Amino acid sequence: MTADPRTSTPPTPDGAADPRTYASHAPVGADDGLTEAQRTVRAEFAAFADEHLVPHADRWDRDEHLPREVVDQVAKAGHLGAAVPARYGGTGLDAVALGLLHGETGRACSSVRSLLTVHSMVAHALVRWGSADQRRHWLPRLADGTALGAFAVTEPDAGSDLGSVATSARADDRGGGYVLTGCKHWITFGQYADVFLVLARLDAGGHAAFLVERDRPGLDVEPMTGALGTRASMLARVHLNGCRVPADHLVGRPGFGLSAVVATALELGRYSVAWGCAGLAEACLRACLAHADRRHQFGGRLRGHQLVQRMLADMATGATAARLLCLRAGRLREAGDPASVHATWMAKYFASTAASRAAGDAVQIHGARGVGPDAPVQRYLRDARVMEIIEGSTQLQQIVLADAAYQLFPPETERTNG
Amino acid sequence: MDDVRPRVREFLARYIRGWEVADDEDIFAAGHVNSLFIMQLVLFVENELGREVRDEDLVLANFSSVDAIAALVAGRPEAVGG
Repeated sequence: MTADPRTSTPPTPDGAADPRTYASHAPVGADDGLTEAQRTVRAEFAAFADEHLVPHADRWDRDEHLPREVVDQVAKAGHLGAAVPARYGGTGLDAVALGLLHGETGRACSSVRSLLTVHSMVAHALVRWGSADQRRHWLPRLADGTALGAFAVTEPDAGSDLGSVATSARADDRGGGYVLTGCKHWITFGQYADVFLVLARLDAGGHAAFLVERDRPGLDVEPMTGALGTRASMLARVHLNGCRVPADHLVGRPGFGLSAVVATALELGRYSVAWGCAGLAEACLRACLAHADRRHQFGGRLRGHQLVQRMLADMATGATAARLLCLRAGRLREAGDPASVHATWMAKYFASTAASRAAGDAVQIHGARGVGPDAPVQRYLRDARVMEIIEGSTQLQQIVLADAAYQLFPPETERTNG
Repeated sequence: MDDVRPRVREFLARYIRGWEVADDEDIFAAGHVNSLFIMQLVLFVENELGREVRDEDLVLANFSSVDAIAALVAGRPEAVGG
């Protein structure tokens, strides 16, 4: 494994090698409550991330490019099939194990985690609402990576307000399908995707979701560069210029494209990002523990300075709490509990804001090194900012969770004194 | 089959606190629910009432009232998607 600031053995004050390493073992307590099988796969996911992702993530970020071979490696490990049931060729992980995969991947590289996110969102929407033919055709291909899926919903004038998408789906008078016209942008892994899940507005009213193959005439992919974070996520603008799709490419019923199909995909996306942020917060903490242990200023190690200790304490607490909220959401999702919806929003809200705070403090602790081109923490900071915007902005989360609080906690009844 | 209406009412009361819904009242038309509600309702019908919600069940009329949900669970959906 290539030497990396986060994985190299930190020196002790006398310069001797310290037996501790920071990336080869789980945090104490991280396996609490996991089944034996979940513990086993978590260790496998961590080992994959440490070996194949951590050493290269900074270069991919600088290049704004994830080599195709990495996608193949991820596929070969079975990670693209994690949200696909075993009967369709996937690994069919339970919700907690799926979260552990996205968490360990997010600890290493948010761009690769975003590949897992959007690909799994498409697979999950098909598992839930796809027709038998759609499931039979696409799920085995999505499971082994023969086909990569991307989520084509966001538009230049429709982000948080997805109901306002302008892409139109007009009934095709030449054969009974639909004609799609519009533009989608910031489409994660749009440059590599073989199939897009597209949200469009029906002429007859309401929304519908469609599967659109990359090679379908009328669909053009334009690479996008220069994003602040997750820079290796192969972003693209997807143009639909009178793109004709057969009627059997519609996913779910007309009118339920947003409230059921896209909402289902986004629930998984939110869950994935929440776990990715828990991993990102942990990466910030580990980088800072190593640096604060090594770095001497004013005659002592940084870890001995109280203002640094405050930041380390907040990071450790934030990473742990984020993980616990993610685990709770995962267990509720696995049980099919309606409470999983708000639990997932809460996990994403907390984990993304905790990751942002941790990344900001991580750069601060690293000082000038933290802003340099070779510091992973500056990548963490840029990636963390993106996490507060995607799959429901922080502000949307606050609106939803404030409303949910009235469902989750009975308001105190009014009391009169005297 | 048991009447599931009391459980549906209880679920609605939990998610829409303070609203007592009549069995034939259109819960969407009343404007008390947000965009996440469909997800929660589908999970409730599947997990707590034991009725798998399939693609063809996705018609608003099947979820629009306590009576409609009871009919869906009883195998007499108000509408079947084509």
